[in-house]
Amino acid sequence: MSAAIVEARGVHKYFGGLHVLKGVDLAVRERELVFVIGPSGSGKSTLLRCLNRLEEPSDGSITVDGIDMLDRRTDINKARQRIGMVFQSFNLYPHMTALGNVALALRRVQGMSRAAAEARARQALERVHLADRAGHYPGQLSGGQQQRVAIARAIALEPRVMLFDEPTSALDPELVGGVLQAMRELRESGMTMVVVSHEMGFARAAADRVVFMDGGRIVEEGPPEAIFGNPQQERTRAFIGQIERH
Amino acid sequence: MSFDDFLQAFFSLEILQQAWPILWAGLLNTLLLSVVVVPLGFLGGLILALLGTVHSRWVRWPLIAWVDLFRSLPPLVLLVFVYAGLPFAGLEVTALTAVAIGFFLNTGAYYGEILRAGIESVPRGQVEAARCTGLTAAQAMAHVVLPQAVRNVLPDLISNTLEVVKLTSIASVVALPELLFQARQAQSVTYNATPIMAAAVIYFILLWPVVRLLSRLENRQMAGRR
Ligand SMILES: Nc1ncnc2c1ncn2[C@@H]1O[C@H](COP(=O)(O)OP(=O)(O)OP(=O)(O)O)[C@@H](O)[C@H]1O
Ligand SMILES: [Mg+2]
Repeated sequence: MSAAIVEARGVHKYFGGLHVLKGVDLAVRERELVFVIGPSGSGKSTLLRCLNRLEEPSDGSITVDGIDMLDRRTDINKARQRIGMVFQSFNLYPHMTALGNVALALRRVQGMSRAAAEARARQALERVHLADRAGHYPGQLSGGQQQRVAIARAIALEPRVMLFDEPTSALDPELVGGVLQAMRELRESGMTMVVVSHEMGFARAAADRVVFMDGGRIVEEGPPEAIFGNPQQERTRAFIGQIERH
Repeated sequence: MSFDDFLQAFFSLEILQQAWPILWAGLLNTLLLSVVVVPLGFLGGLILALLGTVHSRWVRWPLIAWVDLFRSLPPLVLLVFVYAGLPFAGLEVTALTAVAIGFFLNTGAYYGEILRAGIESVPRGQVEAARCTGLTAAQAMAHVVLPQAVRNVLPDLISNTLEVVKLTSIASVVALPELLFQARQAQSVTYNATPIMAAAVIYFILLWPVVRLLSRLENRQMAGRR
Protein backbone atom coordinates (compact mmCIF):
# COMPACT_ATOMS: atom_id res chain seq x y z
CA MET A 1 0.00 0.00 0.00
CA SER A 2 1.33 3.41 -0.89
CA ALA A 3 1.42 6.21 1.65
CA ALA A 4 -1.48 8.57 2.20
CA ILE A 5 -1.52 11.55 -0.13
CA VAL A 6 -4.28 13.29 1.80
CA GLU A 7 -4.21 12.97 5.54
CA ALA A 8 -6.72 14.73 7.78
CA ARG A 9 -6.58 14.12 11.51
CA GLY A 10 -8.98 15.25 14.18
CA VAL A 11 -10.46 17.98 12.01
CA HIS A 12 -13.00 20.20 13.76
CA LYS A 13 -14.88 23.06 12.22
CA TYR A 14 -17.14 25.55 13.94
CA PHE A 15 -19.25 28.14 12.14
CA GLY A 16 -19.76 30.53 15.02
CA GLY A 17 -21.42 28.32 17.60
CA LEU A 18 -22.34 25.61 15.09
CA HIS A 19 -20.10 22.54 15.41
CA VAL A 20 -20.05 21.15 11.87
CA LEU A 21 -17.05 18.80 11.85
CA LYS A 22 -16.47 16.90 15.07
CA GLY A 23 -13.08 15.27 14.77
CA VAL A 24 -12.81 13.80 11.28
CA ASP A 25 -9.94 11.48 10.36
CA LEU A 26 -9.53 10.75 6.69
CA ALA A 27 -6.56 9.29 4.87
CA VAL A 28 -6.58 8.89 1.11
CA ARG A 29 -3.93 6.78 -0.56
CA GLU A 30 -2.38 7.54 -3.89
CA ARG A 31 -4.62 6.49 -6.80
CA GLU A 32 -7.47 5.79 -4.44
CA LEU A 33 -11.04 6.95 -5.13
CA VAL A 34 -12.83 7.74 -1.89
CA PHE A 35 -16.53 8.30 -2.16
CA VAL A 36 -18.23 10.37 0.54
CA ILE A 37 -21.92 10.07 1.26
CA GLY A 38 -24.19 11.33 4.00
CA PRO A 39 -27.36 13.29 4.69
CA SER A 40 -27.66 16.98 3.88
CA GLY A 41 -25.85 19.10 6.45
CA SER A 42 -23.63 16.26 7.64
CA GLY A 43 -20.50 18.27 6.76
CA LYS A 44 -19.36 16.66 3.48
CA SER A 45 -18.78 19.93 1.65
CA THR A 46 -17.17 21.50 4.69
CA LEU A 47 -14.74 18.59 4.94
CA LEU A 48 -13.74 18.90 1.27
CA ARG A 49 -13.37 22.67 1.63
CA CYS A 50 -11.14 22.21 4.65
CA LEU A 51 -8.82 19.95 2.65
CA ASN A 52 -7.76 22.83 0.37
CA ARG A 53 -8.37 25.42 3.08
CA LEU A 54 -11.27 27.15 1.39
CA GLU A 55 -12.53 26.87 4.96
CA GLU A 56 -10.17 27.30 7.87
CA PRO A 57 -10.45 24.24 10.17
CA SER A 58 -10.89 25.15 13.83
CA ASP A 59 -8.68 22.30 14.97
CA GLY A 60 -6.79 19.27 13.67
CA SER A 61 -4.15 18.75 11.04
CA ILE A 62 -4.26 18.35 7.27
CA THR A 63 -1.43 17.35 4.98
CA VAL A 64 -1.71 16.99 1.24
CA ASP A 65 1.15 15.53 -0.75
CA GLY A 66 3.41 16.05 2.24
CA ILE A 67 2.49 19.73 2.65
CA ASP A 68 1.13 20.91 5.97
CA MET A 69 -1.91 22.80 4.75
CA LEU A 70 -2.53 24.57 8.04
CA ASP A 71 1.00 25.80 8.63
CA ARG A 72 1.09 29.60 8.37
CA ARG A 73 4.38 29.37 6.49
CA THR A 74 2.90 27.19 3.75
CA ASP A 75 2.39 29.06 0.49
CA ILE A 76 -1.29 28.24 0.18
CA ASN A 77 -1.53 29.38 -3.44
CA LYS A 78 1.23 27.02 -4.42
CA ALA A 79 -0.24 24.17 -2.39
CA ARG A 80 -3.69 24.62 -3.92
CA GLN A 81 -2.36 23.90 -7.39
CA ARG A 82 -1.82 20.31 -6.26
CA ILE A 83 -5.47 20.02 -5.28
CA GLY A 84 -8.05 20.32 -8.03
CA MET A 85 -11.61 21.11 -7.06
CA VAL A 86 -14.87 20.74 -8.96
CA PHE A 87 -18.06 22.35 -7.66
CA GLN A 88 -21.72 21.49 -7.98
CA SER A 89 -22.35 24.84 -9.69
CA PHE A 90 -19.35 24.58 -12.10
CA ASN A 91 -18.23 28.15 -11.31
CA LEU A 92 -16.78 28.72 -14.75
CA TYR A 93 -15.79 32.31 -15.47
CA PRO A 94 -18.61 33.51 -17.73
CA HIS A 95 -16.54 36.24 -19.37
CA MET A 96 -13.91 33.84 -20.69
CA THR A 97 -14.05 31.10 -23.29
CA ALA A 98 -13.61 27.48 -22.27
CA LEU A 99 -9.96 27.79 -23.31
CA GLY A 100 -9.59 31.03 -21.34
CA ASN A 101 -11.06 29.38 -18.26
CA VAL A 102 -8.55 26.57 -18.40
CA ALA A 103 -5.58 28.75 -19.33
CA LEU A 104 -6.04 31.48 -16.69
CA ALA A 105 -4.18 29.81 -13.81
CA LEU A 106 -1.58 28.34 -16.16
CA ARG A 107 -0.68 31.86 -17.22
CA ARG A 108 -1.15 33.79 -14.00
CA VAL A 109 -0.03 31.21 -11.44
CA GLN A 110 2.37 28.99 -13.33
CA GLY A 111 3.67 31.91 -15.37
CA MET A 112 3.40 30.21 -18.75
CA SER A 113 3.40 32.23 -21.95
CA ARG A 114 0.03 32.62 -23.62
CA ALA A 115 0.93 30.11 -26.31
CA ALA A 116 2.20 27.48 -23.89
CA ALA A 117 -0.79 27.94 -21.59
CA GLU A 118 -3.24 27.61 -24.45
CA ALA A 119 -1.52 24.52 -25.78
CA ARG A 120 -1.72 22.91 -22.34
CA ALA A 121 -5.33 24.07 -21.93
CA ARG A 122 -6.22 22.47 -25.26
CA GLN A 123 -4.73 19.16 -24.09
CA ALA A 124 -6.81 19.34 -20.93
CA LEU A 125 -9.97 20.05 -22.95
CA GLU A 126 -9.13 17.07 -25.16
CA ARG A 127 -9.03 14.85 -22.11
CA VAL A 128 -12.66 15.71 -21.41
CA HIS A 129 -13.53 15.48 -25.13
CA LEU A 130 -14.27 19.18 -25.53
CA ALA A 131 -11.41 20.32 -27.76
CA ASP A 132 -13.98 21.43 -30.33
CA ARG A 133 -15.65 23.74 -27.78
CA ALA A 134 -12.48 25.63 -26.83
CA GLY A 135 -13.77 28.92 -28.24
CA HIS A 136 -17.23 28.70 -26.65
CA TYR A 137 -18.28 30.77 -23.68
CA PRO A 138 -19.84 28.98 -20.69
CA GLY A 139 -23.24 30.43 -21.61
CA GLN A 140 -23.01 28.61 -24.95
CA LEU A 141 -22.33 25.21 -23.37
CA SER A 142 -24.66 22.69 -21.76
CA GLY A 143 -24.38 22.09 -18.03
CA GLY A 144 -22.59 18.82 -18.66
CA GLN A 145 -20.10 20.46 -20.99
CA GLN A 146 -19.54 23.27 -18.49
CA GLN A 147 -18.76 20.77 -15.77
CA ARG A 148 -16.30 18.99 -18.03
CA VAL A 149 -14.59 22.32 -18.74
CA ALA A 150 -14.39 22.80 -14.99
CA ILE A 151 -12.72 19.41 -14.71
CA ALA A 152 -10.29 20.40 -17.47
CA ARG A 153 -9.54 23.65 -15.65
CA ALA A 154 -8.54 21.64 -12.59
CA ILE A 155 -6.56 18.86 -14.27
CA ALA A 156 -4.62 21.28 -16.47
CA LEU A 157 -2.63 22.22 -13.37
CA GLU A 158 -1.66 18.53 -12.97
CA PRO A 159 -2.92 18.22 -9.41
CA ARG A 160 -2.01 15.27 -7.18
CA VAL A 161 -5.58 14.90 -5.97
CA MET A 162 -9.00 15.99 -7.19
CA LEU A 163 -11.93 16.94 -4.97
CA PHE A 164 -15.46 16.73 -6.39
CA ASP A 165 -18.38 18.27 -4.51
CA GLU A 166 -21.60 16.87 -6.00
CA PRO A 167 -20.37 17.36 -9.56
CA THR A 168 -23.56 16.04 -11.17
CA SER A 169 -26.23 17.31 -8.79
CA ALA A 170 -27.02 20.43 -10.81
CA LEU A 171 -27.29 18.56 -14.11
CA ASP A 172 -30.26 17.34 -16.08
CA PRO A 173 -30.29 13.52 -15.92
CA GLU A 174 -29.31 13.08 -19.57
CA LEU A 175 -26.14 15.13 -19.01
CA VAL A 176 -24.88 13.23 -15.97
CA GLY A 177 -23.37 10.40 -18.02
CA GLY A 178 -20.81 12.55 -19.82
CA VAL A 179 -19.46 13.98 -16.59
CA LEU A 180 -19.26 10.57 -14.90
CA GLN A 181 -17.48 9.26 -17.99
CA ALA A 182 -14.89 12.04 -17.71
CA MET A 183 -14.42 11.19 -14.04
CA ARG A 184 -14.07 7.50 -14.81
CA GLU A 185 -11.38 8.22 -17.38
CA LEU A 186 -9.61 10.46 -14.92
CA ARG A 187 -9.65 7.66 -12.41
CA GLU A 188 -8.26 5.23 -14.98
CA SER A 189 -5.40 7.63 -15.61
CA GLY A 190 -4.45 7.11 -11.96
CA MET A 191 -5.79 10.28 -10.36
CA THR A 192 -6.41 10.27 -6.63
CA MET A 193 -9.99 11.43 -6.07
CA VAL A 194 -12.33 12.35 -3.24
CA VAL A 195 -15.90 12.48 -4.49
CA VAL A 196 -18.98 13.71 -2.65
CA SER A 197 -21.97 12.54 -4.66
CA HIS A 198 -25.29 10.74 -4.69
CA GLU A 199 -24.41 8.71 -7.80
CA MET A 200 -24.46 5.31 -6.13
CA GLY A 201 -24.01 3.46 -9.42
CA PHE A 202 -20.77 5.31 -9.99
CA ALA A 203 -19.70 4.57 -6.40
CA ARG A 204 -20.32 0.87 -6.85
CA ALA A 205 -18.41 0.77 -10.11
CA ALA A 206 -15.51 3.08 -9.39
CA ALA A 207 -14.99 3.68 -5.66
CA ASP A 208 -12.29 1.93 -3.67
CA ARG A 209 -13.81 3.03 -0.43
CA VAL A 210 -17.06 4.62 0.66
CA VAL A 211 -17.18 6.93 3.66
CA PHE A 212 -20.50 7.62 5.35
CA MET A 213 -20.73 10.88 7.28
CA ASP A 214 -23.45 11.98 9.65
CA GLY A 215 -23.59 14.81 12.15
CA GLY A 216 -20.04 15.96 11.42
CA ARG A 217 -18.46 12.56 12.00
CA ILE A 218 -17.39 9.62 9.88
CA VAL A 219 -19.81 6.96 11.03
CA GLU A 220 -18.66 4.07 8.88
CA GLU A 221 -16.35 3.35 5.98
CA GLY A 222 -15.41 0.41 3.83
CA PRO A 223 -15.48 -1.02 0.32
CA PRO A 224 -18.64 -0.18 -1.64
CA GLU A 225 -20.00 -3.74 -1.46
CA ALA A 226 -19.78 -3.67 2.32
CA ILE A 227 -21.26 -0.22 2.83
CA PHE A 228 -24.09 -0.67 0.34
CA GLY A 229 -24.66 -4.40 0.84
CA ASN A 230 -24.07 -4.93 4.50
CA PRO A 231 -23.80 -1.72 6.52
CA GLN A 232 -22.90 -2.26 10.16
CA GLN A 233 -24.25 0.95 11.68
CA GLU A 234 -27.93 1.69 12.12
CA ARG A 235 -27.58 5.23 10.73
CA THR A 236 -25.78 3.98 7.64
CA ARG A 237 -28.46 1.38 7.06
CA ALA A 238 -31.20 3.99 7.38
CA PHE A 239 -29.44 6.34 4.96
CA ILE A 240 -28.67 3.64 2.38
CA GLY A 241 -32.26 2.40 2.63
CA GLN A 242 -33.53 5.89 2.04
CA ILE A 243 -31.50 6.56 -1.11
CA GLU A 244 -32.07 3.06 -2.55
CA ARG A 245 -35.80 3.75 -2.45
CA HIS A 246 -35.33 6.76 -4.78
CA MET B 1 -43.23 88.70 -31.99
CA SER B 2 -42.92 87.40 -35.53
CA PHE B 3 -41.34 84.11 -36.42
CA ASP B 4 -38.41 85.98 -37.90
CA ASP B 5 -37.87 87.78 -34.61
CA PHE B 6 -37.95 84.41 -32.88
CA LEU B 7 -35.32 82.99 -35.23
CA GLN B 8 -33.25 86.11 -34.82
CA ALA B 9 -33.36 85.82 -31.00
CA PHE B 10 -32.59 82.09 -30.73
CA PHE B 11 -31.05 80.79 -33.95
CA SER B 12 -29.14 83.62 -35.56
CA LEU B 13 -26.35 82.44 -37.85
CA GLU B 14 -24.76 85.81 -37.68
CA ILE B 15 -24.58 85.73 -33.90
CA LEU B 16 -23.36 82.16 -34.01
CA GLN B 17 -20.54 83.18 -36.28
CA GLN B 18 -19.56 85.97 -33.89
CA ALA B 19 -19.80 83.79 -30.80
CA TRP B 20 -18.17 80.71 -32.27
CA PRO B 21 -14.55 81.38 -31.14
CA ILE B 22 -15.79 81.88 -27.56
CA LEU B 23 -17.94 78.76 -27.68
CA TRP B 24 -15.09 76.78 -29.20
CA ALA B 25 -12.76 77.73 -26.36
CA GLY B 26 -15.46 76.67 -23.90
CA LEU B 27 -16.02 73.38 -25.69
CA LEU B 28 -12.30 72.60 -25.54
CA ASN B 29 -12.33 73.25 -21.80
CA THR B 30 -15.38 71.07 -21.31
CA LEU B 31 -13.71 68.26 -23.24
CA LEU B 32 -10.49 68.71 -21.27
CA LEU B 33 -12.41 68.64 -18.00
CA SER B 34 -14.30 65.49 -18.97
CA VAL B 35 -11.16 63.71 -20.05
CA VAL B 36 -9.48 64.56 -16.74
CA VAL B 37 -12.41 64.16 -14.40
CA VAL B 38 -14.05 60.93 -15.61
CA PRO B 39 -10.97 58.69 -15.34
CA LEU B 40 -9.99 60.31 -12.04
CA GLY B 41 -13.46 59.75 -10.58
CA PHE B 42 -13.44 56.18 -11.84
CA LEU B 43 -10.02 55.60 -10.30
CA GLY B 44 -11.23 57.06 -7.00
CA GLY B 45 -14.28 54.81 -7.17
CA LEU B 46 -12.16 51.75 -7.88
CA ILE B 47 -9.98 52.48 -4.86
CA LEU B 48 -13.05 52.89 -2.65
CA ALA B 49 -14.69 49.73 -4.00
CA LEU B 50 -11.54 47.68 -3.45
CA LEU B 51 -11.18 49.06 0.08
CA GLY B 52 -14.80 48.01 0.57
CA THR B 53 -13.80 44.36 0.16
CA VAL B 54 -11.48 44.55 3.18
CA HIS B 55 -13.19 42.94 6.16
CA SER B 56 -11.83 45.13 8.89
CA ARG B 57 -13.78 47.73 10.78
CA TRP B 58 -10.65 49.91 10.77
CA VAL B 59 -11.20 50.19 7.03
CA ARG B 60 -14.97 49.84 6.92
CA TRP B 61 -16.01 52.69 9.19
CA PRO B 62 -13.71 55.38 7.77
CA LEU B 63 -14.79 54.25 4.31
CA ILE B 64 -18.50 54.61 5.08
CA ALA B 65 -17.86 58.03 6.62
CA TRP B 66 -15.84 59.11 3.57
CA VAL B 67 -18.43 57.99 1.03
CA ASP B 68 -21.32 59.49 3.03
CA LEU B 69 -19.51 62.78 3.40
CA PHE B 70 -18.66 63.25 -0.24
CA ARG B 71 -22.03 62.09 -1.45
CA SER B 72 -23.83 64.53 0.86
CA LEU B 73 -21.74 67.62 0.09
CA PRO B 74 -23.15 69.45 -2.96
CA PRO B 75 -20.43 69.28 -5.65
CA LEU B 76 -20.49 73.04 -6.01
CA VAL B 77 -19.85 73.56 -2.31
CA LEU B 78 -17.10 70.96 -2.36
CA LEU B 79 -15.45 72.63 -5.32
CA VAL B 80 -15.48 76.09 -3.74
CA PHE B 81 -14.20 74.51 -0.55
CA VAL B 82 -11.23 72.92 -2.33
CA TYR B 83 -10.42 75.95 -4.43
CA ALA B 84 -10.76 78.53 -1.67
CA GLY B 85 -9.80 76.30 1.24
CA LEU B 86 -6.58 74.62 0.14
CA PRO B 87 -4.64 77.91 -0.04
CA PHE B 88 -5.29 78.27 3.69
CA ALA B 89 -3.53 74.96 4.15
CA GLY B 90 -0.60 76.42 2.25
CA LEU B 91 -1.50 74.74 -1.05
CA GLU B 92 -2.08 77.00 -4.02
CA VAL B 93 -4.03 75.07 -6.63
CA THR B 94 -4.93 75.97 -10.17
CA ALA B 95 -8.58 75.93 -11.15
CA LEU B 96 -8.11 72.69 -13.06
CA THR B 97 -6.41 70.99 -10.10
CA ALA B 98 -9.21 72.14 -7.81
CA VAL B 99 -11.80 70.70 -10.17
CA ALA B 100 -9.83 67.47 -10.45
CA ILE B 101 -9.62 67.10 -6.67
CA GLY B 102 -13.27 68.02 -6.14
CA PHE B 103 -14.47 65.54 -8.75
CA PHE B 104 -12.10 62.85 -7.52
CA LEU B 105 -13.80 63.16 -4.11
CA ASN B 106 -17.41 63.60 -5.23
CA THR B 107 -17.57 61.51 -8.38
CA GLY B 108 -15.27 58.90 -6.87
CA ALA B 109 -17.78 58.31 -4.10
CA TYR B 110 -20.54 57.66 -6.66
CA TYR B 111 -18.45 55.44 -8.92
CA GLY B 112 -17.31 53.66 -5.77
CA GLU B 113 -20.84 52.76 -4.74
CA ILE B 114 -21.66 51.53 -8.23
CA LEU B 115 -18.53 49.38 -8.43
CA ARG B 116 -19.13 48.02 -4.95
CA ALA B 117 -22.58 46.87 -6.04
CA GLY B 118 -20.95 45.31 -9.10
CA ILE B 119 -18.40 43.42 -7.04
CA GLU B 120 -21.12 42.17 -4.72
CA SER B 121 -23.13 40.94 -7.71
CA VAL B 122 -20.43 38.40 -8.60
CA PRO B 123 -21.18 35.04 -6.94
CA ARG B 124 -18.76 33.91 -4.25
CA GLY B 125 -18.15 30.67 -6.14
CA GLN B 126 -16.25 32.65 -8.76
CA VAL B 127 -13.58 33.71 -6.29
CA GLU B 128 -13.49 30.24 -4.76
CA ALA B 129 -12.92 28.64 -8.14
CA ALA B 130 -10.10 31.08 -8.85
CA ARG B 131 -8.46 30.65 -5.44
CA CYS B 132 -8.67 26.87 -5.81
CA THR B 133 -6.45 27.06 -8.88
CA GLY B 134 -3.85 29.04 -6.93
CA LEU B 135 -4.71 32.60 -7.92
CA THR B 136 -4.05 35.12 -5.16
CA ALA B 137 -6.91 37.23 -3.83
CA ALA B 138 -5.65 40.18 -5.88
CA GLN B 139 -5.40 38.09 -9.06
CA ALA B 140 -8.89 36.71 -8.54
CA MET B 141 -10.15 40.28 -8.15
CA ALA B 142 -8.36 41.55 -11.24
CA HIS B 143 -9.02 38.68 -13.65
CA VAL B 144 -12.27 37.13 -12.43
CA VAL B 145 -14.32 39.52 -10.29
CA LEU B 146 -13.72 43.01 -11.68
CA PRO B 147 -14.39 42.22 -15.36
CA GLN B 148 -17.74 40.69 -14.38
CA ALA B 149 -18.49 43.45 -11.87
CA VAL B 150 -17.93 46.20 -14.43
CA ARG B 151 -20.02 44.40 -17.00
CA ASN B 152 -22.87 43.90 -14.53
CA VAL B 153 -23.08 47.60 -13.65
CA LEU B 154 -22.06 49.06 -17.01
CA PRO B 155 -25.38 50.94 -17.51
CA ASP B 156 -25.00 52.58 -14.09
CA LEU B 157 -21.39 53.48 -14.81
CA ILE B 158 -22.37 55.10 -18.11
CA SER B 159 -25.30 56.93 -16.51
CA ASN B 160 -23.01 58.30 -13.88
CA THR B 161 -20.51 59.33 -16.52
CA LEU B 162 -23.23 61.31 -18.32
CA GLU B 163 -24.01 63.11 -15.08
CA VAL B 164 -20.34 63.82 -14.50
CA VAL B 165 -19.85 65.35 -17.95
CA LYS B 166 -22.89 67.58 -17.41
CA LEU B 167 -21.62 68.47 -13.97
CA THR B 168 -18.34 69.81 -15.38
CA SER B 169 -20.28 73.04 -16.01
CA ILE B 170 -19.78 73.92 -12.33
CA ALA B 171 -16.08 74.43 -13.08
CA SER B 172 -16.95 77.99 -14.05
CA VAL B 173 -17.32 78.93 -10.38
CA VAL B 174 -13.58 78.54 -9.99
CA ALA B 175 -13.06 80.64 -13.12
CA LEU B 176 -12.56 77.76 -15.50
CA PRO B 177 -14.50 78.92 -18.55
CA GLU B 178 -16.20 75.79 -19.81
CA LEU B 179 -18.80 75.61 -22.55
CA LEU B 180 -21.89 76.78 -20.68
CA PHE B 181 -20.05 79.67 -19.05
CA GLN B 182 -18.70 80.82 -22.40
CA ALA B 183 -22.16 80.58 -23.91
CA ARG B 184 -23.56 82.83 -21.17
CA GLN B 185 -20.73 85.28 -21.71
CA ALA B 186 -21.52 85.38 -25.41
CA GLN B 187 -25.21 85.78 -24.63
CA SER B 188 -24.67 88.78 -22.38
CA VAL B 189 -22.41 90.44 -24.92
CA THR B 190 -24.73 89.88 -27.86
CA TYR B 191 -28.05 90.20 -26.01
CA ASN B 192 -29.11 87.10 -27.89
CA ALA B 193 -29.97 83.53 -26.86
CA THR B 194 -28.30 81.90 -29.86
CA PRO B 195 -25.03 81.02 -28.04
CA ILE B 196 -27.01 79.23 -25.31
CA MET B 197 -28.94 77.29 -27.94
CA ALA B 198 -25.68 76.43 -29.63
CA ALA B 199 -24.23 75.16 -26.35
CA ALA B 200 -27.32 72.99 -25.87
CA VAL B 201 -26.91 71.53 -29.35
CA ILE B 202 -23.21 70.84 -28.68
CA TYR B 203 -24.00 69.08 -25.41
CA PHE B 204 -26.62 67.05 -27.22
CA ILE B 205 -24.22 66.04 -29.98
CA LEU B 206 -21.61 65.07 -27.40
CA LEU B 207 -23.86 63.08 -25.13
CA TRP B 208 -26.55 61.67 -27.37
CA PRO B 209 -24.43 58.73 -28.68
CA VAL B 210 -23.66 57.81 -25.08
CA VAL B 211 -27.35 58.00 -24.18
CA ARG B 212 -28.18 55.71 -27.14
CA LEU B 213 -25.51 53.25 -26.08
CA LEU B 214 -26.93 53.31 -22.58
CA SER B 215 -30.46 52.47 -23.67
CA ARG B 216 -29.21 49.68 -25.87
CA LEU B 217 -27.31 48.20 -22.93
CA GLU B 218 -30.34 48.57 -20.68
CA ASN B 219 -32.59 46.87 -23.20
CA ARG B 220 -30.10 44.06 -23.54
CA GLN B 221 -29.95 43.59 -19.77
CA MET B 222 -33.74 43.52 -19.59
CA ALA B 223 -33.79 40.90 -22.32
CA GLY B 224 -31.09 38.95 -20.51
CA ARG B 225 -33.13 38.86 -17.32
CA ARG B 226 -36.20 37.47 -19.02
N1 LIG C 1 -20.19 29.34 5.65
C1 LIG C 1 -21.03 28.78 6.55
N2 LIG C 1 -21.50 29.49 7.58
C2 LIG C 1 -22.33 28.95 8.49
N3 LIG C 1 -22.76 27.68 8.46
C3 LIG C 1 -22.33 26.90 7.44
C4 LIG C 1 -21.46 27.42 6.44
N4 LIG C 1 -21.20 26.43 5.55
C5 LIG C 1 -21.89 25.36 5.98
N5 LIG C 1 -22.57 25.63 7.13
C6 LIG C 1 -23.39 24.69 7.88
O1 LIG C 1 -22.62 23.56 8.18
C7 LIG C 1 -23.37 22.39 8.10
C8 LIG C 1 -22.71 21.42 7.16
O2 LIG C 1 -22.76 21.97 5.85
P1 LIG C 1 -22.17 21.21 4.60
O3 LIG C 1 -22.41 22.10 3.45
O4 LIG C 1 -20.78 20.80 4.88
O5 LIG C 1 -23.09 19.95 4.51
P2 LIG C 1 -23.20 18.87 3.35
O6 LIG C 1 -23.00 17.54 3.98
O7 LIG C 1 -22.31 19.24 2.24
O8 LIG C 1 -24.72 19.03 2.92
P3 LIG C 1 -25.39 18.94 1.46
O9 LIG C 1 -25.56 17.50 1.15
O10 LIG C 1 -26.69 19.64 1.64
O11 LIG C 1 -24.48 19.64 0.51
C9 LIG C 1 -24.77 22.82 7.68
O12 LIG C 1 -25.58 22.89 8.84
C10 LIG C 1 -24.57 24.17 7.10
O13 LIG C 1 -25.70 24.97 7.27
MG1 LIG D 1 -22.59 19.93 0.27
